[in-house]
Amino acid sequence: MRELAYLRPDDVGAAVAAVTDNPRAQYLGGGTNLVDHLKLGVTSPELLVDVRRLPLDEVEEVAGEDGPVLRVGANVRNSDVAAHPVVRSVFPAVARALLSGASGQIRNQATTAGNLLQRTRCVYFQDVTTPCNKREPGTGCSAIGGYARYNAILGASEACVTTHPSDLAVALAALDATVVVRGAEGERRLPVRELHRLPGDRPEEDTTLAHGELITAVELTAGRLTRRSTYYKARDRASYAFALVSVAGALQLDGDTVTDVRLAWGGVAHRPWRATVAEDALRGSTFSEEAVLAACDRELAAAVTSEDSAFKVPMVRNVSALVLGRLAKEDR
Amino acid sequence: MQAEITLTVDGTEHRTTVDTRTTVLDLLRERLGNTSPKKGCDHGQCGSCTVLLDGRRHLTCLALAVAHDGAEVVTSAGLAAASDDELHPVQRAFLDHDGLQCGYCTPGQVCSAVGMLDEAEQGHPSHVTDDLEAVPELDDDEIRERMSGNLCRCGAYAGILAAVREAARS
Repeated sequence: MRELAYLRPDDVGAAVAAVTDNPRAQYLGGGTNLVDHLKLGVTSPELLVDVRRLPLDEVEEVAGEDGPVLRVGANVRNSDVAAHPVVRSVFPAVARALLSGASGQIRNQATTAGNLLQRTRCVYFQDVTTPCNKREPGTGCSAIGGYARYNAILGASEACVTTHPSDLAVALAALDATVVVRGAEGERRLPVRELHRLPGDRPEEDTTLAHGELITAVELTAGRLTRRSTYYKARDRASYAFALVSVAGALQLDGDTVTDVRLAWGGVAHRPWRATVAEDALRGSTFSEEAVLAACDRELAAAVTSEDSAFKVPMVRNVSALVLGRLAKEDR
Repeated sequence: MQAEITLTVDGTEHRTTVDTRTTVLDLLRERLGNTSPKKGCDHGQCGSCTVLLDGRRHLTCLALAVAHDGAEVVTSAGLAAASDDELHPVQRAFLDHDGLQCGYCTPGQVCSAVGMLDEAEQGHPSHVTDDLEAVPELDDDEIRERMSGNLCRCGAYAGILAAVREAARS
C-alpha cells in the first residue's frame, strides 16, 4: 500500500474542498470496499478524506411536493436503514435489498452513500495482474471471453462488460429516489437513475458525479406504490453473495388491471437497469404471469449474452414474474 | 503518514502512534498484543476478525485504525474477562455444544453472536424475516442467516447453531 495522508474535516464544506482540490484524494466512508481496494492495489489515493463522522447520520421525515419524503443521511449505516420502521413499512423493497446484501458486520459498517458508490466485484477489476479498462483505461477487458458468469447482458460496451454490485441502488432506482449531492459550487439533486452510467468508452467512470462531489443524503417519496414493493436476489449461495440477477418491483392494481408498476434489475448491467420497456408494456394491461414474461421479453430483446451469461435472460424474466406475482397476491 | 490515536480495548485505554495504513486488526494483534481477533482472509469475507466496536459487531480487517480514533473495542477475550463466570454465556454455549473444532474462527463467531443477539433484541429484521413489520423470532433459519458472515472451515456449523440457539433462549 502506498503512503497515505489522512484528513478528518469537521464539516461538509471542508471535506468537499479537500477532495476537490486534490485529484488524488478520495472520500473514506465505512471503508468496507475502499480499504480492501487499498490492500489489493486497485486504487492508490495519496489522501483519504474521512467523511464518516460528518453529521449526515439522521433519518428524517420531511414534507415533499408529491407526498411525505424520507431523507436518509449519507452516513446512516445499511443495518440502521434496513431496521428503520418507516423503511420497513413504507419502502419494503429498500429494506429487503439492504438485508440481502453483505453480512451483519458489514451492514453495521457500510454507509448509505458508500453502498451506492461501491465498485464492481468483477474478478479482473480486483486482480491487478490482469488487464481491465475500468481499473486501468486502455489495457483491455479480461472479462470478455473470460469468467463471464457475473457479466452484464444489457448496455455493455466493448470496453467493459461488468455489472454494478449494489442491491440498494436497484431498489432506489425502482422507487425513483433522489440523491442529494454537495460540490464546490453548492448543492444539487439528481434522480438516482442518473447517478450510475453505462460504460461506453469510459468504463473508469462508474457515476456521473464530478471529482469532489459528495453524496449527503438519499430522498424517498412515499406513496401507495412504494408500500407494495419488494426485492428478490438470485445468487449462488443462500446468503452473503453478490447477485446473479436481482429484481426490485412495485405494483398497483385496480382489480386485475395494472394501474402502475416499477421494475428494476440488478446484476445485468453497469448500472441498475430500470426496465421501462417492460413497465410500459404492463401499464394498463391485465395482470398475469404471461403478461409479465412477455413484457420482460420486450425489454430483453436488446440483451447480448455469452455462453456463460445466457442463463441471466430466463433468470431475470422468471424472477420478475415471481416478484410481481407476489405483489399482485398482496394487492388482491 | 503517522497519526496519534486512542483506542480502548477490553477496558484498557491505549494511546499509540500508527501509520495511517494500519488496520484495527493489525493494531490489535501486532502492536497491542491482543490476538483474540484472527486474521483469516483479511478481505472482509470470513468474519474471523469480528469484534464489538462501539457496541456493534464489526470487521477489523476492513477498518483503518486512524479512522477509529476514540473507539471502544471489545474482543472475545474481553467478553470473558468482563463476565462473572470465567466465560461469557455465549462462549460457554459454544463449549457445551461443540461449536468449534480448530477454534480459529471462534473469537469472531462469539463476537458476531453477541452482536447479533443484541440486534435481534432490538427487533432488527433479517433477509429471511417474512413479515418486515413484526418482531422477528430467532428460529434456526434466522440464526443461520444472521451468522452467515462468519465462516467455519472445519464445518462446525451444527454446533455453532445449537450454541447460538441456546444463548438466544437464555
